[in-house]
Amino acid sequence: MDFPMFHLDWLNDRFLIAMIAIIHVLINHGIAVGFVPYITWLEQKGVKNSKPDEITNLQWDAVAEKMMKVAFIITTTVGAMTGVGIWFSAALVSPASIGSLIRVFYWAWFTEWTIFVTEVVLIMVYYLTWKNANRSLQAKLKHIRFGWYLSVFSWFTMAIIVAILGFMMDPGNWNTHHSFINGFTNPIYLPQLLFRTPTAMIVAGTFGYFLVFIFTKRGSDLRTKTISTTAKWVLFWTPLSILGAIYYYKAMPAAMRDNMSTAVGTIEFQQYYNLLKYIILGATASVLLIALLGVIKPSKIRWYMVVFPTVMAFGFLGIFERVREFIRKPYVIGGYMYSNLLRKEDYPLYQRDGILKYATYTSTPEVTESNKIEAGKNVFMLSCSRCHTTQGINSITYVFERMYGSFNKPLDESAMAAYIPNMHNGRTFMPPFPGNQKEAEALAAYIKFLQQSHETLDGAQTSGVVINPLNNMDAAIQQKLAAHTNDTIKTAQK
Amino acid sequence: MNILFVHFLQVNTPVPRDIPIPLPLPEWLLVVLLVFSFLLHIVFVNLMLGGSIVTLWAEIKGLKNKFYDTLAYEVARTITVNKSLAVVLGVAPLLSINALYTIYFYSANALTGIMWILIIPLVAIAFLLTYLHKYTWHSMERFKILHIGIIALSVLLFLFIPLIFLVNINLMLFPEKWSSIHGFISALFLPNVFPRYFHFLFASLAVTGLFLFWYVGRKNYPFETIFPNNYTRYDVKKIAYSLTLGASVAQFLIGPIVLISLPSKGFGWGLLSIILLGASLALIAMWWIWKALSGPKEAINKRFGGIVVLMTITVLFMGSGRHVYRANALNPHRELMAIKTAEFEKLSANARLNVNKDEASQLSDNALSPVEKGAALFKTNCSICHQKDTKLVGPPITEMVSIYKNNISGLEQWIKAPGKKRPDYPQMPTLSQLSDADRENLAKYILSVQ
Repeated sequence: MDFPMFHLDWLNDRFLIAMIAIIHVLINHGIAVGFVPYITWLEQKGVKNSKPDEITNLQWDAVAEKMMKVAFIITTTVGAMTGVGIWFSAALVSPASIGSLIRVFYWAWFTEWTIFVTEVVLIMVYYLTWKNANRSLQAKLKHIRFGWYLSVFSWFTMAIIVAILGFMMDPGNWNTHHSFINGFTNPIYLPQLLFRTPTAMIVAGTFGYFLVFIFTKRGSDLRTKTISTTAKWVLFWTPLSILGAIYYYKAMPAAMRDNMSTAVGTIEFQQYYNLLKYIILGATASVLLIALLGVIKPSKIRWYMVVFPTVMAFGFLGIFERVREFIRKPYVIGGYMYSNLLRKEDYPLYQRDGILKYATYTSTPEVTESNKIEAGKNVFMLSCSRCHTTQGINSITYVFERMYGSFNKPLDESAMAAYIPNMHNGRTFMPPFPGNQKEAEALAAYIKFLQQSHETLDGAQTSGVVINPLNNMDAAIQQKLAAHTNDTIKTAQK
Repeated sequence: MNILFVHFLQVNTPVPRDIPIPLPLPEWLLVVLLVFSFLLHIVFVNLMLGGSIVTLWAEIKGLKNKFYDTLAYEVARTITVNKSLAVVLGVAPLLSINALYTIYFYSANALTGIMWILIIPLVAIAFLLTYLHKYTWHSMERFKILHIGIIALSVLLFLFIPLIFLVNINLMLFPEKWSSIHGFISALFLPNVFPRYFHFLFASLAVTGLFLFWYVGRKNYPFETIFPNNYTRYDVKKIAYSLTLGASVAQFLIGPIVLISLPSKGFGWGLLSIILLGASLALIAMWWIWKALSGPKEAINKRFGGIVVLMTITVLFMGSGRHVYRANALNPHRELMAIKTAEFEKLSANARLNVNKDEASQLSDNALSPVEKGAALFKTNCSICHQKDTKLVGPPITEMVSIYKNNISGLEQWIKAPGKKRPDYPQMPTLSQLSDADRENLAKYILSVQ
């Protein structure tokens, strides 16, 4: 409404955020939160298993150090940048929601930031002082302690972020009181944390297998030992991850039921929810199998055997993120702002006067017979484009064709115009249509036009913006002068 | 005053509504946080960019003289640390500018969207290249030209990325230009982008010089074991100071161009005095550097502390000046936006009130019969997919009647938990918003249709 609309018409705007966020979560959980304690544990084992006259088992220690180097490089490059990237992409795609959240959660994010700074400093200290610490046993033990501190800090950053995620999903509480504490008391906070913690450890372990294959020689005693140690690590965390996953899985419908108008029973949710069961089973079973083999016969393990469980473990984390995102619908901020970035409380006004009138950027402030398609395009941009494209991923033409079963037939304009204002009753994950009847008709005309013409839609980043004459500087000055006159009259009357 | 800004801001300027939620902190506190956290961030950005340029230069010179090669390696090792701090320290000013200038910053981001989001992969690649460069220093000794190519590539990226930020920071100041922008390139050529860019570039070199001076001068820095033995700390310190002095002199040439090319709308005597005061402090520091460079070798460390303090104050002044300009330039527009936002909130509240009244009057209408109530429910919940006698999404009413003619509870049960009967129809969604009473009325209505 108030921002130029950035839009990726093939990839889908949400996909941009999802892509960046998933990479970040995998790196954060797998190569920071889970990996640092795993490496610290390996480093500690090196000291324990060394001969009496050594500080540590140097061969073993060198493998752990190289593994940490990989984690250090990835977390401080791609890891850090995708973290910033979530902000960047959210600001592009959902400026109104992220802007609102920042105004409320400024302190939460500020605190998160100070912990994050500490984490980055600690990770640099931990890795960059590794070689120097091998001078004396005292320095080595201090270094290991550092590793544990870093583990705690990485875990804290995750614990806070989960609370922020939790708050956004907690319906109703935005409107009653904006307290960050609610993020922690949210019904899925604890399940999420109890799932994420052991799963991060598992992902770290599966990633660890690969690095062991790279940094040790085939058939060497060192490889057998590091593999079996890693397998023990994974084996230890798997049951906890299964318990966490079940707990989280069970808590999900409750969280969703609370989301007022969203139904647990929708087909779409059920599909994800059912898929989740199989993924929990498949992922944990394959991870467990390899871990057992790794403990019993570590010399039999080859790198390609680890590929499947690793992909499954990544998918395991990923699918939970997807379902969590789905629970949020039709809101982006529970009970306050719909996923089209329009506030629920402004709906009566938009539905009465039309959405175009209040848009800062539109070439058509009002729908007329002659501008119908153009107006429909503007309505689409304002109320659909955050989740739908014209011809790409989750395209608006595809969803209508699928619903009407009319892939080869022209779409029925009047049926769509009748459907759009009522769609949220049947499809509870969709926000209600925000515009008036004329705008619904224009939108339906545009959708049919899209189906027939195969045209695409450029975002503001390429086509720029057209300013609505009702919302330009001239109009604002008139409004200001009017407000001023009103004030003068009121003062005079007093 | 009013007439002045109306004159400057053209009619072709959008006035959007602001986020209707109060700021998380008093505005002055947010401004202080923004200015300070930004300066902290930018110093490390300066060191990252300046350090990589110095590394590239020294490594090329090092092809002939081992001393420069060693110098390049020593500076290269600092880049990866400084770049991590630059990123992590960037989050706080990002958060603050997002809170303070939500509309302006996000609008500029969207208008240059593709390039803006490309910052993420570009920075990640540049960082990976600096690691590659650092960790292959010894293994690539025989492929020096290729090795230099790695740092050259990351210097190119480091030089380009600040331009994207500058374009955004500049574009956000001028809502009157937004409707003329079509992507990054057109925003790049707004006046003032390039002068500010070069201003930043030379600042990076000046800061890096001071950093290098301190870095090699530290007591626990084993200079003698690292560098070839016919060189001393003085040799590096001289290079460092010359870099700072040269870059500072360049600032005095570019600074006036930056000022002249600034659009006049944010200008004022206050701004001018802040900048001139900052510049004059820098002049004193530059004079001290010159004295140290031209004086005896032993005295080069004299006044280093004073120089750093003066330069820091200069940076504080320039950072504040930057903010004063931004505030001056945007405040009139922000004032209009605030009025607009308040007016909209009133309109929206009124519309809400009227809808509530309508709903209240509907609810009091108890005279409706079950079939009438069912008809109303059908219209809002079912009619989008079901018509009387033709297939739309689901089967027509006439078909429902023929199936459930004498089985009203069967129909209610189906509505409660719909399944999928026919291969050529999509599954019906559950209408969980309906109560048992609603379903009863709905079924009565459906079966009443002839």
